[in-house]
Amino acid sequence: MQSVKLLFAIFQNFHPFFTNIVYNKIVLFYFLIQYGAHCLYKKEEELLICVQNLTKIYGNNTAVNNISFEIEEGKVYGFLGPNGAGKSTTMNMITGCLAATQGRVSVDGLDHFDDAKKAKALIGYLPEQPPLYFDLTPLEYLMFVGEAKGLRGEALAGQVKEVMEETQITDVSGRLIKNLSKGYKQRVGIAQAMLGNPKYIILDEPTVGLDPLQIIEIRKLIRSLAKERTVILSSHILAEVQEVCDELIVIIGGKIAAKGTIEDIKKNLSGPSTLTVAAKSEPGVDKSLFAGIDGIDTVQCSTQKGERQNETHFHITVADGADIREAVFKRFCEKGFVLLEMTAYVPSLEDIFIRLTESQTEGAGQEQEIEISLSPAAREAAILLTANEESQEPLKEEKADDEADEALGGDKE
Amino acid sequence: MIAVFKKELRSYFASMTGYIFIGILLLLAGIMCLAINLFNGPTNYELSLSMVSYIFLLIVPILTMSVMADERKNKTDQLLYSLPVNASEIVVGKFGAIAAVFAVPVIVMCLYPFILSLYGQVNFLSAYSGLFGFFLLGCALLAFGLFVSSLTESPVIAAVICFFSLLFMYLLSSFASLIPAGAFASYVCFILLIAAVAFLVYVLTNHSLFSMALFVVGCGGLTALYFVNASLFEGAFPAFLNWLCVYDRYIAFVNGIFDITGVIYYLSIVFLCLFFSVQSLEKRRWQ
Repeated sequence: MQSVKLLFAIFQNFHPFFTNIVYNKIVLFYFLIQYGAHCLYKKEEELLICVQNLTKIYGNNTAVNNISFEIEEGKVYGFLGPNGAGKSTTMNMITGCLAATQGRVSVDGLDHFDDAKKAKALIGYLPEQPPLYFDLTPLEYLMFVGEAKGLRGEALAGQVKEVMEETQITDVSGRLIKNLSKGYKQRVGIAQAMLGNPKYIILDEPTVGLDPLQIIEIRKLIRSLAKERTVILSSHILAEVQEVCDELIVIIGGKIAAKGTIEDIKKNLSGPSTLTVAAKSEPGVDKSLFAGIDGIDTVQCSTQKGERQNETHFHITVADGADIREAVFKRFCEKGFVLLEMTAYVPSLEDIFIRLTESQTEGAGQEQEIEISLSPAAREAAILLTANEESQEPLKEEKADDEADEALGGDKE
Repeated sequence: MIAVFKKELRSYFASMTGYIFIGILLLLAGIMCLAINLFNGPTNYELSLSMVSYIFLLIVPILTMSVMADERKNKTDQLLYSLPVNASEIVVGKFGAIAAVFAVPVIVMCLYPFILSLYGQVNFLSAYSGLFGFFLLGCALLAFGLFVSSLTESPVIAAVICFFSLLFMYLLSSFASLIPAGAFASYVCFILLIAAVAFLVYVLTNHSLFSMALFVVGCGGLTALYFVNASLFEGAFPAFLNWLCVYDRYIAFVNGIFDITGVIYYLSIVFLCLFFSVQSLEKRRWQ
């Protein structure tokens, strides 16, 4: 596109029909600079999907907020995030189905603005709801998609046959899509994304709504796809991402909360791990026992009541990455105390995910609690209360308190 | 484009829609030919065509209601957006399929003048120019239906809007005669029209400044024109309404006149409707 513009500008300058107008020179100069920048730019980001400062705003709602990342070849990427976090919106923008409010997506250096067709040809996309024409058979449907992707004749028939075998839908290729089960519909959707041999395959929640057996089969299929292509999939199921993906991009509230390999994320974001130690209650068994051991943040001490009366429990928070089990054991040996139990707890990816999600949506969560638990009258009072907390006028606060009590009382009656 | 065309054509004949459209049109064309040409005696086939054109009110919505709306309803538009195909190729492919379905009964209707020629002298030129006008009128209305369908998510709403818009177009020339032809009345009507357009632009784009500017500039221009040369406005609004009335041009074809301006008029309506459909498709990407 850039080169076409440049050629046109050169033509305009040198063709006798267009007299030497200063404007033309300026245009040529502008396009020359643009072309140079384009060439430089393109070299930088060749052969990968490059997302820069991507933002999507629907009305007043910012669905995706200034996201930047890169997708390298030959890996399986997982977009992880709760529902409504902006995963699908991001995927829609990468595939060119949605235009970004701000920012830029380039696929192998091709922009969705200037080279939309070429960029789209590099991507196979399965949206959240498989985009199927119910009055066609899978064969007819795949022929249509293949033809739209520029395949003709034998290449078309050959590839359709190939992807049908790969996704195991050859048996149902003659039935109408509306009569197929959900699992088969999903497969037809994936087959559609595979047509035209795209370099990148993007799957939006490919296993949602499937039964466990189908989920396992689809995961197997995704892993086989990943052998030759780069796959990006989104999910809100951790186990799935953990099993299938090499790299993770955690999106929460329209922002990237974490990205990297699963190990990296675990290492960097695991937060404090804990160690629980149970010792026989003897004089001298207290917090001071652990003094001087490197890597301990805090120690909490509690004596068990009930059955195990002569046990003292210590709840130790450990600094990132430290392993103090050996040191604790040696200390017990030195002092001659009895060590009954020692349990180390390292946060799983799930814990990290929950922590990330909670920290991002804390404020919203609290408001929701209020809304759910109170009647409309009480809610009004609660709103009054929060408004008054800000202004901090004692008189009004009392009044609001009374109102809130009344409202709550009225609710109980 | 060819892929979209083939797929659309296939789905028209995979479902009942295509057959219903063709069936109704041929049935009515047959009845009209029987009633007007065979019973009454004139061999001018174009006379019966003038009656057949009223059926467009009913069958255009049938053919076009789901062409775009269904894509949105079933979320298959996401597939179209992600395929390496332009929005214009999608729209042209779809319109091509619609026009192809419409061409089937028109080709069958091409046989009628031959049948009539068995019973008397038929002017083939005027008969086929009438049929050509009929085809153009149909294409313009179908393109309009396609555009309406691209505006909404529900085929039923698309059909209702399409039906009433076509009805309004039919009655437009009668409305035009009711409006006073004076310069001031025309001026006021144009101002109202610009207000309506500005409001529509605001609803579609949510851009208040632009629509306000459009209204102010439009009103300013009209007012200036009115004060410079008020005689320009004499009868201008009724003329404008008549110009909008798609069926009026068709009458020339039915009367045996091959009207070049009519051909251009219909082709430009087709082009305009397809252009707006492409914009409406693109707009969804930008939301």
